[in-house]
Amino acid sequence: MNIRSVEKSTWIFIIFSLLLFIVPFIVTGRSMQFIIIQIFIFAIFAMSYDILLGYTGIISFGHVMFFGIGAYSTAIIMNNMDATVLSFFVAILVAVIIASIVSFIVGALTLRLKSHFYAMLTLALAGLFLVAAEKWRSLTGGNDGFTFRLPEILRESHNLYMLCLIALILFFFGLRRFTKSPFGRVLMAIRENEARTESLGYKVLHYKVIASVVAGVVASIAGVLYALSLRFVNTGVFATDLTIDVLLMTIIGGVGTLVGPILGAGLVEFAHHWLSGLSNVHWIFERWIILYGTVYVLVVIFFPLGIVGTIQSKFTNRTVKGLRDNRKTVGK
Amino acid sequence: MEAILETKDLSIAFGGHVAVDSVSVQISEKKFTSIIGPNGAGKTTLFNLLSGQLSPTKGSVYFKGQDITKLRTTERTRIGIGRSFQITNVFPNLTVLENVRLAVQSQAKVRYQMIAHFLHYKRFEQKAHELLERVYLNDKANSLAVNLAHGEKRKLEIAMLLALETELLLLDEPTAGMSLEEVPAIIEVIKEIKRQGDRTIVLIEHKMDMIMDMSDEVLVLFHGELIAQGTPEEIVENETVQSAYLGGSYHEQLT
Repeated sequence: MNIRSVEKSTWIFIIFSLLLFIVPFIVTGRSMQFIIIQIFIFAIFAMSYDILLGYTGIISFGHVMFFGIGAYSTAIIMNNMDATVLSFFVAILVAVIIASIVSFIVGALTLRLKSHFYAMLTLALAGLFLVAAEKWRSLTGGNDGFTFRLPEILRESHNLYMLCLIALILFFFGLRRFTKSPFGRVLMAIRENEARTESLGYKVLHYKVIASVVAGVVASIAGVLYALSLRFVNTGVFATDLTIDVLLMTIIGGVGTLVGPILGAGLVEFAHHWLSGLSNVHWIFERWIILYGTVYVLVVIFFPLGIVGTIQSKFTNRTVKGLRDNRKTVGK
Repeated sequence: MEAILETKDLSIAFGGHVAVDSVSVQISEKKFTSIIGPNGAGKTTLFNLLSGQLSPTKGSVYFKGQDITKLRTTERTRIGIGRSFQITNVFPNLTVLENVRLAVQSQAKVRYQMIAHFLHYKRFEQKAHELLERVYLNDKANSLAVNLAHGEKRKLEIAMLLALETELLLLDEPTAGMSLEEVPAIIEVIKEIKRQGDRTIVLIEHKMDMIMDMSDEVLVLFHGELIAQGTPEEIVENETVQSAYLGGSYHEQLT
């Protein structure tokens, strides 16, 4: 590749990712490192959601099921096999395989169901996984979940940080290239006008299914890392709250920007941390979910493009009528 | 004369209303065919049946002798039926250039490439620029399609259709809603395609004067039925057409 043909923004992202490698040497507190790790994990999760929502225009309320699949696959395999690095790889493999099968089926359902019907269906499917995790006690330990052992090397907070950071960087640049490929361009065309994309000679269903599988697999990897960071799993990884969180991250950061969801993940996670820390100042901070709701409403009304989207539109002066309309349906 | 497109007994009913009623017609290859008829005659519905947006309640469509009645829009585009839309149908939040580039990309059959950067395909971009040049829209290449004036969207629509390089072009009122100054430019583009002589063009139009000197053949639809077919001269002289369409109460729609 010719080094001059690399976009300027790519250099900025590379510099930022290098800076993030230094952070654990400055921020040595375990709890702070843990928060940053969580941000990385949710950033990956939110990016995968952005592929669906921001690029392809598929509204899913059940994206958490892939996250949960990743988390449970890891937990169950690490619990039943020796705590070695090898079994960790097996866990990743299993998570990816299950997630791709499920996301393939879910994606294929877009053939029959449009927009909000599809959204409802995904919500129901995620609920199904939640119930399965609750009831299949022999395997999942039911509601209470279970802890599991990890190989020595993955227990070290520093190593985990590096692992999550590298995963984030790989997925960010990978997905960025994916969205800028001819394939990704067609996804954006589908978001804009599905019928027209079809009459240009593209088989829309294929694109939707592939987008769904890519998003599902990436989300499952986020789930794997999540289980790893907690060394514990319970049915919470299938909870709808997580989908809402990730929706909020994507929308605050900026739909269809890929950097936005990362920024959104950082903001939401830090806000969560600080606001709960303020609980002895005023009781309302304990109920931070109320504040979330308020922020969410305000963002949808005043910054429908999110942080990154708003900045971008300032620079490129692009209008956003259609996107705005899309956002309204999401906001409901 | 070889017929590139043929319909047999083609009908569609929406509830009790028969929008297209047993239309059997042959469209000759490399000719310019116009479809005229008053509002609600079923012209656009017929187009939707030909391009696959709607499927008929009865009858069939043949393209080069192959039965395509069951094919979807995507497949029909791939075998060579391209169409433009009367109600502008573009990708609003993508740039004008990107709109055309997507059509070029489809024509080049680059469909599932997800590793390479889209700018890797420089020739797509070049071709898109050429096409925009042809419809006099190149100065707007980097604006978003949503910001275009109505007439400019119509031009974009035509550029996207041309990009597909289909053998058959279905143009649904390409000049509808355009300002009077813009119409000649578009007619010029269409005449240019006709002059090249390698495409079959089917055009829906309201403006009688425009189609009369361009068309090789004219079809007249009335209440979903095909009431006449022939050269422009024959159509003007046809009595059924005169009483049903050209004369009387419909006259004002023709100007």
